[in-house]
Amino acid sequence: MNATALPLEVAATSIAHEPRARLFSPAGWAAIGVALLVFGVVVPLLALAVPEGNALHLTSYALTLSGKILCYALCAVALDLVWGYCGILSLGHGLFFALGGYAMGMYLMRSIGLDGVYHMDLPDFMVFLDWKTLPWYWKGTHSFAYSALLVVLVPGLLAFVFGYFAFRSRIKGVYLSIITQALTYAAMLLFFRNDTGFGGNNGFTDFKRILGFSIHAPGTRVVLFALSGFALVGALVLCRFIVTSRLGRVVTAIRDAESRVMFCGYDPKAYKLFVWTLSAVLCGIAGALYVPQVGIINPSEMAPTNSIEMVVWVATGGRGTLFGPIVGAGVVNLAKSYFTVAAPEYWLFFLGLIFVLVTIFLPQGIVGLLRRRKQG
Amino acid sequence: MDQTRRSLIKAAAGTALLSAVPGGSLLAQDKSPIKVGVLHSLSGTMAISETSLKDVALMTFDQINAKGGILGRKIEPIVVDPASNWPLFAEKARQLLTQDKVAATFGCWTSVSRKSVLPVYEELNGLLFYPVQYEGEEMSKNVFYTGAAPNQQAIPATEYLMSPEGGGAKRFFLLGTDYVYPRTTNKILRAFLKSKGVKETDIEEIYTPFGHSDYQTIVANIKKYSTGGKTCVISTINGDSNVPFYKELGNAGLKATDVPVVAFSVGEEELRGIDTKPLVGHLAAWNYFMSLKNPQNTAFIKEWLAYVKAKNLTGGDKRVTNDPMEATYVGIHMWKQAVEKAKSADVAAVRKAMYGQKYAAPCGFELTMNDNHHLSKPVFIGEIKADGQFNIVWKTKGPIRAQPWSQYIDGNQGKPDKVAA
Amino acid sequence: MGSGLDWNSYPVEAGSAAKFAPHPRAIVRAGTAHPMIMRILVLLLALLAASLSPASQALTPESLKPFAGDEASEKLTAIDALIAAPDARVAAVLAAIRDDRLAYTDDTHFYVGETGAYVDAVSGAAATPKADDLKPVEINNRIRAKLNAALAAMDLLSPDRAVRAKAVADLEKASDPALVALVDSALATEQDPALKATLQVVRAAFALKTSDREQKLAALVALGASESPQTRQLLLPFVEKTKEGGFVEADAELRGAAEASLKSIDQRQQKGELLGSLFTGISLGSILLLVALGLAITYGLMGVINMAHGEFLMIGAYATYVVQGWFRAHWPGAESWYLAAAIPVAFLVTAAVGAVLERTVIRFLYGRPLETLLATFGISLLLIQLTRTIFGAQNVEVANPAWMSGGIQILPNLILPWNRLYIIAFSAIVVAGVWAILNLTRLGLYVRAVTQNRAMAGCVGVKTPRVDMLAFALGAGIAGLGGVALSQIGNVGPDLGQSYIIDSFMVVVLGGVGQLAGTIVGSLSLGIVSKFLEPYAGAVLAKIMVLVFIILFIQRRPQGMFALKGRSADA
Repeated sequence: MNATALPLEVAATSIAHEPRARLFSPAGWAAIGVALLVFGVVVPLLALAVPEGNALHLTSYALTLSGKILCYALCAVALDLVWGYCGILSLGHGLFFALGGYAMGMYLMRSIGLDGVYHMDLPDFMVFLDWKTLPWYWKGTHSFAYSALLVVLVPGLLAFVFGYFAFRSRIKGVYLSIITQALTYAAMLLFFRNDTGFGGNNGFTDFKRILGFSIHAPGTRVVLFALSGFALVGALVLCRFIVTSRLGRVVTAIRDAESRVMFCGYDPKAYKLFVWTLSAVLCGIAGALYVPQVGIINPSEMAPTNSIEMVVWVATGGRGTLFGPIVGAGVVNLAKSYFTVAAPEYWLFFLGLIFVLVTIFLPQGIVGLLRRRKQG
Repeated sequence: MDQTRRSLIKAAAGTALLSAVPGGSLLAQDKSPIKVGVLHSLSGTMAISETSLKDVALMTFDQINAKGGILGRKIEPIVVDPASNWPLFAEKARQLLTQDKVAATFGCWTSVSRKSVLPVYEELNGLLFYPVQYEGEEMSKNVFYTGAAPNQQAIPATEYLMSPEGGGAKRFFLLGTDYVYPRTTNKILRAFLKSKGVKETDIEEIYTPFGHSDYQTIVANIKKYSTGGKTCVISTINGDSNVPFYKELGNAGLKATDVPVVAFSVGEEELRGIDTKPLVGHLAAWNYFMSLKNPQNTAFIKEWLAYVKAKNLTGGDKRVTNDPMEATYVGIHMWKQAVEKAKSADVAAVRKAMYGQKYAAPCGFELTMNDNHHLSKPVFIGEIKADGQFNIVWKTKGPIRAQPWSQYIDGNQGKPDKVAA
Repeated sequence: MGSGLDWNSYPVEAGSAAKFAPHPRAIVRAGTAHPMIMRILVLLLALLAASLSPASQALTPESLKPFAGDEASEKLTAIDALIAAPDARVAAVLAAIRDDRLAYTDDTHFYVGETGAYVDAVSGAAATPKADDLKPVEINNRIRAKLNAALAAMDLLSPDRAVRAKAVADLEKASDPALVALVDSALATEQDPALKATLQVVRAAFALKTSDREQKLAALVALGASESPQTRQLLLPFVEKTKEGGFVEADAELRGAAEASLKSIDQRQQKGELLGSLFTGISLGSILLLVALGLAITYGLMGVINMAHGEFLMIGAYATYVVQGWFRAHWPGAESWYLAAAIPVAFLVTAAVGAVLERTVIRFLYGRPLETLLATFGISLLLIQLTRTIFGAQNVEVANPAWMSGGIQILPNLILPWNRLYIIAFSAIVVAGVWAILNLTRLGLYVRAVTQNRAMAGCVGVKTPRVDMLAFALGAGIAGLGGVALSQIGNVGPDLGQSYIIDSFMVVVLGGVGQLAGTIVGSLSLGIVSKFLEPYAGAVLAKIMVLVFIILFIQRRPQGMFALKGRSADA
């Protein structure tokens, strides 16, 4: 956990004078450039231009799977920001992911229009619940702009309020983690209720179009995939910018020795709150990109175990590195897709083992392992 | 010498004949296996129910392969585990259709999983066989529903409870888990009861969340409610939660003769994990029970137990058969017959060949697949016995056609009872 | 309703007694003499007469023949015939049918009893039928109800008080004026004051149906003293409103008397409901206590939240299942006592698993509580999948022993189930045991010392690693005991632990760690508050409100209700 922290006394005095650390090494920038090229040009070509049957053709299956993993990677980066750099272990980040997904889902449900099963203006699940009008919290969601605003505002606001009260009372460590679990569990129970107006256990499904384009068209899929990729790269650059800034140094210091930071005169509340809220918003955006690609959102996304799986992505990849969580998310989810086909009875053994082995033997994750190899 | 020439001529004639027949050369060529998908959760919360469906599906494939397969081709099952995760269901379905190119899929249990994969099957024009009783309100041309619609389960059960034979119930306590199947079923039942003249105050509707296990308060409410008249409970509680509910009923002294409970999600499999002594006399409504006595069922059960033994499955000879397992079995056989009739595994051809397919099922009746993609099935009402089996107390004269678009829900009037071509 | 289907065309099995055409009478008019009740009346008079002549006339192989068939209606007729000439043998056979103890080999040979101890149904002589040929006689709810009422009527004149009490209770449910003569004759001979009072209420219920106004008024007033919930049903028609807003019962005095009686009954009901909520709250609290106690000990000691705690519950429950299996296989006679053996077995097994876990995984993560949390989550996944592989994904059956089934009736609308009473007692014993260990043993001393100040305890010479392991094992063992309790009230499956883990966390967070009192108060208050909210808000909202309450409570008091450690900066 204390890999790169400077002695705090030195840090405090030298922060004002130290030149900003560079964002990425030249190799890092090159990798980002390549990634942007892949997302924006190569993949669309392979998916759309290359004919089916060709070995290079990217099937819709591979496309949606990769898009899903990109969204998960975005979540992992957000979680790394708040855990790897600020020391707040949140076991409830899945809640923000799901809230962003639900906000986007509301827009998609409104876009179905009269093409639903009952051919009425209301979403199908409201029809069979015998509701006659849209509840107040659904008003305005037919507009994409408003829904996009909700995607950012709802997780952000919830995180802000929760974080404000939690950090003010100086809840930290294991207690905070347990409380975030309770929060996501309570939200899950709330959304499972059909009376809450979000589709209950069935959630939102059967989407038809987004912004006028058919949601099943390969073109739409490719665009969503590219957007996920760009969002991931954007989040990576943003987070890197933050952690290399002055604010980032204080945040890292809070992770390492919060009391000392307080005694040095900083108020950790504001820093923690900022990082926490930003992380929630990023997760919300990930959720909003996830839902149109996967085609369904339901309250089990808020299940406590989902959030804990996010933590294992970050831990496996290497926390505190920003790039590691992307690797971790990719590795674990690809393994999941593989194992649930090849050896379905053993998938959970494998996942459990990863948790145990990574925390004991690989505290720095895969990226940390690679770094050690490079150095030693 | 003559004999060799004769046999040579015979052989030559035979080959000439074979190559002359147009399909003959195709048949001779295409012996590749037919791939089918099995999409059931093998881990997670639904594993309890769905593992048996995977097992019975594999057993049926083995049975068909042992008899030579379909059109001379062996069936190759591709088993995937969506791990009770709904987005993973959609992903696995897409994989089965695009990567493995399966001819048909047998899978899903919960309505969420089915709704999650439905867009995939419709987009990629696949074929899904769905074997579980559900709430109706769906009729897709890419799905064949071998489980019961509400008019093949809920309505007959309620009528039985209202009859003198069933206890002459006057008040109805509709208790369910909070999701679409109980909500829709209760909506249909409410409209049905109203049409029979039952007052609003004699119907009570309560929902509990998934995994709810503390039914003390609810059972106390049922007791109180029953003081207003002879009450029956219509339980659409999701499988697992039935256990604590029944235990609580038994402890509160509510016997089946006082307040009978009919459940739609409790079958032989769920009873295996319960102490059935306090449940004796409570009811379930299905289209199949393991305790039915007829030659097809005897053969089915025998084959199943032999399969369990051969594959050394957990549970041994305590394993049971139940309605969704029978529906899976029937679905696979009907699909096989359709492929043979259409002489191809192509989805459009098989779909057309499925309409009108008949099969002598283990429930003792001949079931028909109709052009509304649902089976005509008989209805049985069974009372729980102390040994975990059911005593059949009533059954329909013959199979009933399913009504996926229930007339008791607004907006369904006028919907055609067949799938558009 | 405009249904497109004609429900009257519903196909019905020909010849079945179950007439499914909707019967024209929607409401059974009170006062119609039910044919079955008439027969019971006749039965009782016949019983009085038959007590003078010992020979059984009704019980012949011919009379039992319909029970070998499938037709429920024929079985009902056969029972009527048997009731017409009742005696001790008939009563025995009827009771056997009700209890699933009548079997047959063919339609002339019937046997009563269990494997190895059969008697011939007609003669009562011992018999040894071939086990392979024996088929049980099957009945349905309607037959069962008829048998219950018939046997109750036969019991009303029994010399045994307990039998009479049960008969009177059963009679309360059948309020039919045809039984008036019956009740009057019983009232004349009944000596026991409590039973006499109940019989008088039953009598009053019948008097309501008469046309004599004075009798009705007297009955209405008398019914106010009734303790039976069924009485409400009888009084309601007197205060019923018509569609126009007027009253069905025109006579105002009768209406007033009915209202007053209803009010006093409702007050008594409310008392019962309040006590009921309190009991269910305490029962839930006791379960939460068992479940969370182990977690509180390990967290207080090591600052480790063990995510595999739920799996310790599951292991305890499966240990109970395995012990039940042993008893069934080797000592079937003593099967009711498998629980007594399961308790130590579950404790030891879970404690062993806990010790292994501590030694192999948690020890390496000393000082890193967040990592321990993750590693234990991984262990929980492994344990769940292991259980699924060994025992199968399906739930397994754990039966309540006979002495745990049923309940004790405190008030007419309040039954306290035995299993919950035993669990409350059990958790009290466990808490007492833990208190004893913590305060009276050496280990407990060390545990308290390490909890208060680990570094100092180490300096003073306490072997902290060993204390860690033993305390973790103790916590795990207590969870195992919790699993034994859970197996008695709910499902036993691989996912058992998952549904209780969040609740255990909440108890620990709310109650604070380091003190037993915290866990006790935390669990009991959570249980009682949830159960009091439930009737008003429903199960889900009650749970959500409790969770939100805890989250807010922690903002005000982060260390929980009873905290040992102060709010030190590094806590």
